[in-house]
Amino acid sequence: MNAALSLALRYVLRHRVQSVLLAAALGLVLALPLALRVLVRHAQAELRARAASTPQIVGAKGSALDLMMTALYFKKENLSSLPLKEMPEGGIPLHVRFHAQGAPVVGTALEYFSFRGLRLASGRQISRLGDCVLGARLAHERGVRPGDAIFSTPEQTFDIAGAYPLKMRVTGVLAASGTPDDDAVFCDLKTAWLIEGRAHGHDDVKGDEVLQNNGNNTVANAAVRLFQEVTDKNLNTFHFHGDVGDYPVSAAILIPPDAKTEALLAGQFARSKTAQLIRPRDDMESLLTQLVRLEGFATTMLLITAAAALFVSTLVFALSFRLRRREFGTLEDIGVSRVSLATVKLLEILLIAAFATGIAVVLYATALWSAPALLRMAL
Amino acid sequence: MPALSVTDLAFSYRGEGFRLCVPSLAVESGTTLALAGASGGGKTTLLRLMTGLLPPQAGRVCLGEQNLSGLNRESLRAFRLRHIGLVFQDFALLDYLTVEENILLPHQFSRDTLSSARRNLPALLERLQMERYRAKTVSQLSQGERQRVAIARAMAHEPRFLFADEPTASLDPARGRIVTDLLIDDARRRQSVLIVVTHDHALLPRFDQTRRMEEFAA
Repeated sequence: MNAALSLALRYVLRHRVQSVLLAAALGLVLALPLALRVLVRHAQAELRARAASTPQIVGAKGSALDLMMTALYFKKENLSSLPLKEMPEGGIPLHVRFHAQGAPVVGTALEYFSFRGLRLASGRQISRLGDCVLGARLAHERGVRPGDAIFSTPEQTFDIAGAYPLKMRVTGVLAASGTPDDDAVFCDLKTAWLIEGRAHGHDDVKGDEVLQNNGNNTVANAAVRLFQEVTDKNLNTFHFHGDVGDYPVSAAILIPPDAKTEALLAGQFARSKTAQLIRPRDDMESLLTQLVRLEGFATTMLLITAAAALFVSTLVFALSFRLRRREFGTLEDIGVSRVSLATVKLLEILLIAAFATGIAVVLYATALWSAPALLRMAL
Repeated sequence: MPALSVTDLAFSYRGEGFRLCVPSLAVESGTTLALAGASGGGKTTLLRLMTGLLPPQAGRVCLGEQNLSGLNRESLRAFRLRHIGLVFQDFALLDYLTVEENILLPHQFSRDTLSSARRNLPALLERLQMERYRAKTVSQLSQGERQRVAIARAMAHEPRFLFADEPTASLDPARGRIVTDLLIDDARRRQSVLIVVTHDHALLPRFDQTRRMEEFAA
């Protein structure tokens, strides 16, 4: 057995390029269905958990999926919004439209942090206009710490009349939660509106700087400096125009205390022409059903590919042994038994199979390890 | 009783006119025999018949007291491995193994001969001037060096019968004489039988007996 193993090993090592290619092909077809399964299972668990922890969401009428992905994953920037006054009382508002350093800026209330169980790892909570706290991964990846500042990203670079970037003060960094909250910038709802241009702060307007004044609205010339950063000194100059109740909100998370309230809220919004109420758990389940169907289709395709690859590998081995008939004849002539020769052939196959399994295990482990990151990229 | 005896041996390849007939051939222990003849004269075929690699259509081959016709495939293989040394015309070496691995290869599969082969290896390599090639793979060697590896493999376990098919064909004349002397001296020292197929007439006087293949053509 040792002699057969040694001979098989020497052959495989001598023809290492062919052996590696064959093992890699086998390993890949073995690992792909497994990796796909791991990724889908992880995605299902992750999506389900996030959805299950969010009882109800209210938002503008339209795609329930978009509303859900905005409220849970902060992914849909151009979602239709609802005026704040249309949101039920007690809901946690979410304003998701802008970005800072590539991460979504989520304007919300302090209740959001306690609702999600988010605690600060360093620094302190937002305390005034212009403050923000960062998700753990975002802060780590960008190297941002409490006391630093980050700028919101202008929506349109060349739109000089659009939303200007706001320099926000980072007051704290959240502890890692393994959720999309790790990748977001959280600020107060009013700060989000400030980025949107609903509020502003500026120098006092002197008489000669006024271009037009019609009582409710004053137009000043460019000499009046608009502030792009909220400081303790200029805080009092910031002010909102119009009715705050008309200001937009992307969604609100509702936490009904009991099933009856939940049912009543659902009934109330069922009749609404402008708003919709969704149960993320239900909407996510229908999404996951589609995902499972897709996985089943992909797995079937991969299994067919795997079967074809196994068949080709069998042919490769058969052809290789046929081409080496002379070599095996030589071994037989010098006294190696047929049983030993069969053992050598079997061990060569097993060595390749073991190597292929090793590659498959590495790929599988890589899929396991990278599943959260891949899901984060996909979402 | 001769160490090797061939009696009324007959063999022909299907569809070919050539027929080999050996009415009688006997070789004593410690004796060397050269089989000479032109190419295609059946030298290699006779060697394969005498070692049991080819089954005869008639007659018998006895090595010692063992009639090869009476052995099944597995017994014949075991007998060949233990008592016969074979130098093939094409060397029959595995390119991906080292010199040492090639020499010990058949014995790795039979524990009976492995220890003696291992023991004899250093001296044998020295006598064949191959010590420095011991760890080299055969693919790195010249034809002459390969031939010496094939000879070393055949001699490593000190077989009672050594058959060599053109063992000096790839060697220069000087090295050919050294190798022939080595084979002959070894056979005489150990009282074994050496049968060499050759077409090199200069070597024939060194052997105790010479038989020409023309004698055996039917």
